[in-house]
Amino acid sequence: MKPAARIAPLGDCALQITLGARLGDATNTKVHALARRIRAAGLHGLRDLVPAYTTLTLHYDPQQWTHDTLGRALTALLTADEDAAEAPTPAREVCIPVCYGGEYGPDLIAVAAHAGLSAEAVIQRHAGALYRVYFLGFTPGFPYLGGLDPRLVMARKATPRLLTPAGSVGIAGAQTGVYPQATPGGWQIIGRTPLTLFDPARAPPCLLAPDDRVRFVAIEPAAFNLEAGGP
Amino acid sequence: MIQVEAPGLLTTVQDLGRWGHQHLGLAPGGAMDRDAARIANLLVGNDPGAAMLEITLAGPRLVLESGGWIAWTGGPSTITLNDADLPGWRPVWAPSGSRLAWGGLHRGCRGYLAVGGGIDVPLILGSRSTDLRAGIGGWRGRPLQAGDRLPIGASRRPTEKPHAGACWPRWWVRHDAPPPDQPVTLHFIPGPDWQTLPDSAREALATGAFRVDRRCDRMGLRLSGPALPAPLGPERLSAGVTCGTLQLPPDGQPILLGVDHQTTGGYPVLGTTASITRSQLAQLRAGDAISFRPLPIAEAQALHRDRERQIGRLAVALEMAWSIADGTRPQHRPPDGAHARSS
Repeated sequence: MKPAARIAPLGDCALQITLGARLGDATNTKVHALARRIRAAGLHGLRDLVPAYTTLTLHYDPQQWTHDTLGRALTALLTADEDAAEAPTPAREVCIPVCYGGEYGPDLIAVAAHAGLSAEAVIQRHAGALYRVYFLGFTPGFPYLGGLDPRLVMARKATPRLLTPAGSVGIAGAQTGVYPQATPGGWQIIGRTPLTLFDPARAPPCLLAPDDRVRFVAIEPAAFNLEAGGP
Repeated sequence: MIQVEAPGLLTTVQDLGRWGHQHLGLAPGGAMDRDAARIANLLVGNDPGAAMLEITLAGPRLVLESGGWIAWTGGPSTITLNDADLPGWRPVWAPSGSRLAWGGLHRGCRGYLAVGGGIDVPLILGSRSTDLRAGIGGWRGRPLQAGDRLPIGASRRPTEKPHAGACWPRWWVRHDAPPPDQPVTLHFIPGPDWQTLPDSAREALATGAFRVDRRCDRMGLRLSGPALPAPLGPERLSAGVTCGTLQLPPDGQPILLGVDHQTTGGYPVLGTTASITRSQLAQLRAGDAISFRPLPIAEAQALHRDRERQIGRLAVALEMAWSIADGTRPQHRPPDGAHARSS
């Protein structure tokens, strides 16, 4: 028996499927598997499929579906034998070069002090882990990553920075992520990547996709400037 | 080309939104008042999803370099074309060199100006809408500025100088202006946290005790009123939200999301407004009182389909009005049985 999924309306043009109550890899994996099954089923009238930690939100055209008819179609997909569905392609692994500390990571020292580690040890632990893109949100291309070393967990800054440069790599609670755009932000910034996470002229526009795996690789400032194409 | 002499408070190029990219964190965006925008387009013979201008509270001053059909809809406003009052909700022939001055909106928050052929900006990720947060789409990913010159596409209506001066038909599309000085009623489909609210909180939301705060834009509207108690239970995990989602942050002052909403949010969700009240939502301005009425999902979707049928009939009626006319101007009365009505 599979645990029951909950389908609830989100207004009259969207609905939300909740697959679990707890944040974690197991439920998030189910969310992405369900998204793949729905996409493979080729249902018409779907405008957007938005995964999050434990939910999948479907934006649909109420001219083509009612909440009930779409709910029934989804229930069939939810209960379909997962083995019969196309085997998921192995998750894509994306390497993100990061220049840690200094002007690129002004909060690295604070994070190290908070963790009781040296700055080098923080870099080793942060760059040593394999992260999972739970979903993208907040701003275009912003990844919510799971898999941060528990030792590096640190609350947001009491006062957010007015401007965090694009590419900044930060920590907020048990989350780590990369700012695609220069925005105000309260995350503890430990480094910066020269890669562009969101470029509307690129196809696809985002470097990362939901369910990708991410590895950070420490680079020197000279390499940062080379990749960023200028001093 | 349209020359921008003065941009107004916030004037952007919008269509019906950039769909299919919410999983990457891109809001659908598009015109806040979807119906007013679609009707403006239909009036000038455009596809309902053509790009037009969305103006906010105070409109721009524009010069139309070449003659063309234009139409404005949305909140009641005073607009002059070469210093003469310009009626809304109907097609207007504007000769080349026309100067268009959009005053402030008397009521409501947003107005729409469609031009025959649409604003011809490039499609970015499938849409011409301006996404201010991502800085993409529309005119260079930003609001209009003085000195901008916007290209216009090819019009489906004749533009061979039908008249030397401005002209318009005597008919117009009827529309419901909100009654002044009364709470705006927004019907909504209750969400997971609605039932957890105490009766007094639901009563406050139902009786117009909340007003739109000054902090309101296309992303969302902060509401101010009696502080609502935080719903019980564990902290919510971020999940998908949509335009019209009513969130309750810890300070007890709800947020009503607009079209440029973040794709996911972690605040408790009290509900999401029905799509038939989208125009009322789009026209809310600071100080407006709101009352929220629950609506069953099946009823909301039936009303949505009725609304789409009305827009479809309006499109047919407008085509007939044009085809019966002599081809250079819309006739002065709509044909029998095709009374254009938007609501």
